[in-house]
Amino acid sequence: MIPAAFEYSRAHSVTEAVAQLREAGPEAKVIAGGQSLLPMMRMRLARPAHLVDVNAVRELDYVRVEDGHLRVGAMTRHVTLARSEVVQRHLPLLAEMASEVGDAQIRSRGTLGGVMAHADAAGDYPTLATMLDAMIVTDRRRIAAGDFFQHLFTTPLDLDELVCEVVFPVAAGPRRYLKFRRRLFDWAIVGAGVQRTEAGWRVGLTHVGPTPVRARGVEAALASGATPVEAAAHASDGLEPTSDVRATADFRLHLARVLTRRALEQAA
Amino acid sequence: MGQTLRLKVNGVERIDEVEPRLLLVYYLREVCGLTGTHVGCDTSQCGACTVLLAGAPVKSCNMLALQAEGASLTTIEGLAAPGELHPLQTAFWEQHGLQCGFCTPGFIMAATALLADNPDPSDEEIGRGLEGNLCRCTGYVNIRKAVKAAGEAVRAGAAAPMGG
Amino acid sequence: MAVSQLIGARVQRREDPRLITGRGHFIEDHVLPGLAHMAVVRSPHPHARIVGIDKAAAQSLPGVLAVLTAQDFKAQISGGMPVTPAFAPEKKYVPERFPIAESEVCFQGEPVAVVVATSRALAADAADLVQVEYEPLPAVVDPEAAMVAGSFKAHSDGPDNIGWDMTFAGGDIDAAFAKAEIRVSERILQQRLAPTAIEPRGVMADYSPYDERLTLWLSSQNPHFIRLFVSGAMGLPESHVRVVSPDVGGGFGSKISPYPEDYLVPAASRILSRPVRWIETRTESVMTTIHGRGQVFTAEAAALRDGTLLGLRLTQVLDLGAYHGTFGAFQACACLMSGGVYRWEAISARTVGVLTNKVPTDPYRGAGRPEGTHLCERMVDRVAQELGMDPADLRRKNFAQEFPYVNNFGLTYDSGNYDGTLDRALELVDYPGWRQRQAKAREEGRLIGVGLSTWVEICGFGPSQPTAAATGGIGLVEAAEIRFLPSGSVAAYVGTHAHGQGHDTTFSQIVADTLGVPLAAIEVHHGDTAEGPAFGYGTYGSRSLAVGGMALHQAATVVREKARQLAAHLLEASPDDLDFAQGTFSVRGNPAAHKTVQEVALAAYGGSLPEGMEHGLEAVSYFDPPNFVWPFGAHICVVEVDRDTGAVAIQKYVAVDDCGNVINPMIVEGQLHGGIAQGISQALYEEVVYDQESGQLVTGTMVDYLIPTMNELPVPTLDRTVTPSPTNALGVKGIGEAGTIASSAAVINAICDALSPLGIHHVDMPATPERIWRMIQEAAR
Repeated sequence: MIPAAFEYSRAHSVTEAVAQLREAGPEAKVIAGGQSLLPMMRMRLARPAHLVDVNAVRELDYVRVEDGHLRVGAMTRHVTLARSEVVQRHLPLLAEMASEVGDAQIRSRGTLGGVMAHADAAGDYPTLATMLDAMIVTDRRRIAAGDFFQHLFTTPLDLDELVCEVVFPVAAGPRRYLKFRRRLFDWAIVGAGVQRTEAGWRVGLTHVGPTPVRARGVEAALASGATPVEAAAHASDGLEPTSDVRATADFRLHLARVLTRRALEQAA
Repeated sequence: MGQTLRLKVNGVERIDEVEPRLLLVYYLREVCGLTGTHVGCDTSQCGACTVLLAGAPVKSCNMLALQAEGASLTTIEGLAAPGELHPLQTAFWEQHGLQCGFCTPGFIMAATALLADNPDPSDEEIGRGLEGNLCRCTGYVNIRKAVKAAGEAVRAGAAAPMGG
Repeated sequence: MAVSQLIGARVQRREDPRLITGRGHFIEDHVLPGLAHMAVVRSPHPHARIVGIDKAAAQSLPGVLAVLTAQDFKAQISGGMPVTPAFAPEKKYVPERFPIAESEVCFQGEPVAVVVATSRALAADAADLVQVEYEPLPAVVDPEAAMVAGSFKAHSDGPDNIGWDMTFAGGDIDAAFAKAEIRVSERILQQRLAPTAIEPRGVMADYSPYDERLTLWLSSQNPHFIRLFVSGAMGLPESHVRVVSPDVGGGFGSKISPYPEDYLVPAASRILSRPVRWIETRTESVMTTIHGRGQVFTAEAAALRDGTLLGLRLTQVLDLGAYHGTFGAFQACACLMSGGVYRWEAISARTVGVLTNKVPTDPYRGAGRPEGTHLCERMVDRVAQELGMDPADLRRKNFAQEFPYVNNFGLTYDSGNYDGTLDRALELVDYPGWRQRQAKAREEGRLIGVGLSTWVEICGFGPSQPTAAATGGIGLVEAAEIRFLPSGSVAAYVGTHAHGQGHDTTFSQIVADTLGVPLAAIEVHHGDTAEGPAFGYGTYGSRSLAVGGMALHQAATVVREKARQLAAHLLEASPDDLDFAQGTFSVRGNPAAHKTVQEVALAAYGGSLPEGMEHGLEAVSYFDPPNFVWPFGAHICVVEVDRDTGAVAIQKYVAVDDCGNVINPMIVEGQLHGGIAQGISQALYEEVVYDQESGQLVTGTMVDYLIPTMNELPVPTLDRTVTPSPTNALGVKGIGEAGTIASSAAVINAICDALSPLGIHHVDMPATPERIWRMIQEAAR
């Protein structure tokens, strides 16, 4: 199918992008990699009047380590994250996640910032950001991941606001992210991520509700010496996932426990 | 309202006026006349539209033509000189890696990128490299064989790997 | 030039060079000057009355050429879309189907209006602007519920929802069950599947008002039938319509029957006097291209304690969708094949076709035969399990042994060696080894299962007498024409139409061997009704080689024998004294006196023909097979089920098949790879889901309709035995559907075997992790 007609402008800097968004008004949308947006536009489920293309904003394509933090520009593509030696050294779980987002073609185009701003419940990076208390930096403010993912496809971003950077704490200890999916390239039906940090285990869950979830019950159990099996039993505490054609809520709760246990057992 | 697009397709510099909503795949097919890149879905699962953008595999149905501004694209038609075959094309032929042939250009382009990165992929690596491409005819058995055979041919120096 | 024996050789495909270089010509690659683009406005409701259609906004959009509704098309298209009697001739309610709805829509996606515009994008924009007011009606979703008297009706003016209801009686079923020492019963679901050729459908039409000629390009397995149907509906002589089906990007049965767009596009072209094209989107495809399967079986089997099978009683409830598919009733052949490769005293099979508010079902790869095989193989395993007998032993005990074998419904299996394929498959898979590993795994609490599927297939349609009755008049034979051109190259025309099967190659191999000319001198033509014999019968039902290949072989033989006559004249010898080898006629005992067939071809256009011989060297031949052909085999699948998640991992897949003589082993293996993949995919992944309440399609895109990637499918181990068909000169059978017919049962039998320690007897398809997980949970309670 063919998208409904729209206006298009190309930004070369953050300033230009924000100005273009402001000028184009409330029906404008940012297009980064476009890997989720364009299918929605082709199905005419999304009909933005104007697209601001930020692919030429080179200043947002970077990965660097500063003060114990990994700073990743919003326009960094999945393939770059997956192959980055800096990421592999300082936050290998991010590189591992990146290597399993979508398929090879999607990884060529999709970006970290795009995934964050899209805020799909099945997205992987939002889970990592949430469990590690990452900061989402925009052209005008810093928002903690826990505050950023408000609901399904819903963030506090203003209409003319641009995600510029995500700041993760570095963590290179034992970790694992497991996705339950039918086909290798599918979105996670449920995902579970675990990361050992200096302050203990961090555990996050994907697609068990409208936003990513930090599994504090599991973390607390582990902190008090529980085995992976014991701790993982808490993975579904307090969750209220929905049922859809891919899985019922019951199965999602079950998978949250199984994947958490396996992630802890396989963490290396 | 048209906007100017400048890019290189199969080594040829082009300047065209295109509508913003024109998808890259339709630009290639209908403006450039390169109909070897196919459309099999609306939601970017099938991979039949895969082309190389600066050597990286992309789904051309999932990009606006204008997003390719300044880029160098390679399509199935540009993979080998006229009358010649890229090692992957030879291997798909020799290994019976295609039946109806509709998904084939997308597979060959995705595999080209895969081999450019890794000319000796394991079965698992081939699976990961081609996870974004669907074939309904072959059960993928001979596609995997073809990619392996092409990798061998590339490594044996039968031809230089192409990256676009 | 010397020509070796090509039949049986692994010849590389002749169609590949264009396809691997992006030079194929698929439907969407075709354009014409002045081409207009059509978009279809479709019902979002599964069932509704059309209250009104407001075209104004769409019509006012610049670039829009026409907005057309049923009213406009009624003057162009007469009669309903065709429904053939097929295997269920006793139709009850057959709702009339016009290609576009007028007052009531009966499935989601049914056309209600079309927009023709100067570009595809504008057509899509204008389609969005057509305002249709609907009054929703209750949707009939569940076919079993729809059978009950007084249920909602799929068509508000219909008598009920019963499309057909008939019982095939094969022997005295009561007597067979009276002897039973054990009985097992099961309810077996065949979920709806979307065929999902990677190339969607498409139609382009160019009607010339001055000479009243129509050319129709479309992606079809069946161009001559489309010409027959469309010319009739449009009131045009069949000879005024040319149908061209170019390279076809997969079909799997979904491009056999005519579709609404096959009529609407040419009618729009006639209305507008300019070429019009419509290309299906994937979203339209999942919603409106035919679905396959969609059946519920209830079955009961009776047997003796020693494992002797006695009787099988079953009911097939077939979800027809909103209209009878043109060849939809063919799927009732599941009943006729439900006995499989076994001797039964009696089988009684009732088939009920039920109308629902969904897209029609029609043949999808295997069409009835996978369902029959799945049912039979499941029931045989249930008997084995009930008796504690090894499923391989039970199968062997009941195999049909003597051929020709006449099954319970009077169908004659031409040849077979069922023990041969099973023994080889058991050996290849290491059956005793897996049984040992399974026992050990069970001790560890792991769930490993081994599943067998021994299958036979009816295919190669004709013969003309039974199939003429099934199609409503056209006997399925095949036509071919061979033309020697003066300089010695050969044009071969055949009425089948490949869409991935490699006919350019295999048919060339047959012609090359029959005429003794090199492959390079042979050009195979198909897919264009303007070329070759008067009629062609299409590619489906694993018929192309056994019927079309034979027609070509016959035509080539006629040509060769005429060449022999002419060669004899030129060599001044008796035709009976000529040897023919490697393309050369030579006088027996005097090999120096010889003529190549290509020299003879030139002479056939010359001035020295014998008296009474016409010029030229060409022949048309029709082959009417004396029987169907009956390929068979044994598939074995080994799985491990993840107890925690219900996920199934295939550990090993072995297939030993027998399709008689093989023309090109490479192509046979490729067909099996793909066929097996589709059966595995049905067993584990694919399902068209409609919301049970609203009737809305839930799995509307490739995101949720799960076509597996390379990563989800095993690499099967293949082998074959060769038991030629005695009913055709080539000794060939068919292989296009075999893998799909056999494999779903092998996978599900393996899963059931794995789960049997938990007391689970049957798992429906798709065997999703959640489905299995739930069954494990319930079994533990």
